[in-house]
Amino acid sequence: MRQTTPQMDFLRGIWRENPVLIQMLGLCPALAVTNTVANSIAMGVATFFVLLGSSLLVSTFKRWVPHEVRISTYVLIIATFVTIADMLLEAVVPTVHKALGAFVGLIVVNCMILSRQEAFASKQPIGRSLLDAAGTGFGFILALLMMGAVREVLGNGTFLGISLFGPNFEPWVIMILPPGGFLTLGLWLLVLSWIQRRRAESAKVADWPAGVAQRRAA
Amino acid sequence: MTSPHRLITASPHLGVPDSTPKIMWSVVGSLVPVIATATWIFGPSVPLVLLAATAGAILTERAFGRRGSLGDGSAAITGVLLGLSLPAGLPLWMAFVGGAFGIGFGKVIFGGLGQNAFNPALLGRAFLQAAFPVAMTTWPARTGSWWTLAGDNLAWPFASPLVVDALTGATPLGLMKFEQVPTGLWDLAVGTTGGSIGETAGVVILVCGGYLALRNYLDWRIPAGIFLTVAILAALLQAVDGVRYAGPMAMLFSGGLMLGAMYMATDMVTSPVTHVGSWIFGMGIGVLVVIIRYWGGLAEGVMYAILLMNSLVPFINRATQPRAFGARTRLQP
Repeated sequence: MRQTTPQMDFLRGIWRENPVLIQMLGLCPALAVTNTVANSIAMGVATFFVLLGSSLLVSTFKRWVPHEVRISTYVLIIATFVTIADMLLEAVVPTVHKALGAFVGLIVVNCMILSRQEAFASKQPIGRSLLDAAGTGFGFILALLMMGAVREVLGNGTFLGISLFGPNFEPWVIMILPPGGFLTLGLWLLVLSWIQRRRAESAKVADWPAGVAQRRAA
Repeated sequence: MTSPHRLITASPHLGVPDSTPKIMWSVVGSLVPVIATATWIFGPSVPLVLLAATAGAILTERAFGRRGSLGDGSAAITGVLLGLSLPAGLPLWMAFVGGAFGIGFGKVIFGGLGQNAFNPALLGRAFLQAAFPVAMTTWPARTGSWWTLAGDNLAWPFASPLVVDALTGATPLGLMKFEQVPTGLWDLAVGTTGGSIGETAGVVILVCGGYLALRNYLDWRIPAGIFLTVAILAALLQAVDGVRYAGPMAMLFSGGLMLGAMYMATDMVTSPVTHVGSWIFGMGIGVLVVIIRYWGGLAEGVMYAILLMNSLVPFINRATQPRAFGARTRLQP
């Protein structure tokens, strides 16, 4: 951990350790509320806000939080920011707030946020915790946008409510329904792992010793 | 298979003339009468929809499948079977999407032929049913000249089909379920009813499938299990309430039961390998079909019945594993 630079703290969460697409954390909102781009953005921004605020507080108070009750303390801090985000959304964009439903409240139990507190903010200085939270939050927004874009374009024929194919478009109903979320996530994971493999092959990285070691250990 | 040098056994060796491509292309060949009957009934829309679905399946296999996997004909079968299970008036681009989805998500993603858990053609159909529910349940009624297309086949990609209400009919199962109007048995047997392309001509499918069963290219126990279960349950239910529940013959010859039982449930990859397992598999499908048709929200349930039983095949195989001669316990995998 020591040798990482501030840029790495920030960039890591966006792509190489993207919470949704690589770590597979926070899948519940990523699958449930990404049926339109607008919902994705609202959910992503709300989570970003909660993550940033919680990381700030957790990192600030890390010395005074007893080890035994740290998780419950984190959850309390997160819940505070979720309540703020919930009320802000309801005041600013009531229609989106209605569409997101219970999932705003459920940000409390988003394991992506808790994992950043436990793994990073509770051990690192405030500045780096904020960078890490911002990177992870942007990564989350990016992943939600990738899902929302595919699902809204196919499922509704629109992007951010702007019609793309004219009035005669036949919506792919399944893409707005829950199965469409799983299909879209699977497709993105497929594409990303394909890109990664192409990169690994072109960089001539021999990855088989790692695989062998893993199999031996298991 | 294609790597005989790996099978090291003691002589004498027994050669088998069958191979995967031979079986697969025989299945395609046996479907020719079904396609011909469907074309006679529904007109030139039939070859168009079949070609679109097959093109989707074959192009996806070509693009993402293993090298040389096109030659075994399994992608072609998926495309043709999917096409046969679609309404004749479906826009061609939807049929293409269904074929591509069936092969891509139903087969290639699992590692190709032999690795898939679900029948690719049915998976493609299930996707279309969920994505385009209206277009998938618009059954064209046959009016006008034979040469007219059955629906808006030539709709632009991503565009909705233009549906003319006066031209749509209902399937026998829908009539029975929602309006309690039975359809004559003769119409059901020769296929002059509403429905998907290949499902209406029950007798033709029965004969073609029977030919495959005689050549041992499909396990006769699976369709037999389905037919027996459906017939017995339907007879019992008809005895209870003859107005609401159709009789056994009507149940057997309506909807996709014939096509599903003969061609889709018997997919070698997604059906059990043991004889007892085949009976269990067939009877399970039969029970599910009756349950969905009579008490489910849909008029037809063959597709979901088969897909559900597909998911149980590994367990059936394990449960019905035969005992090795002389062994006290079952073989453990």
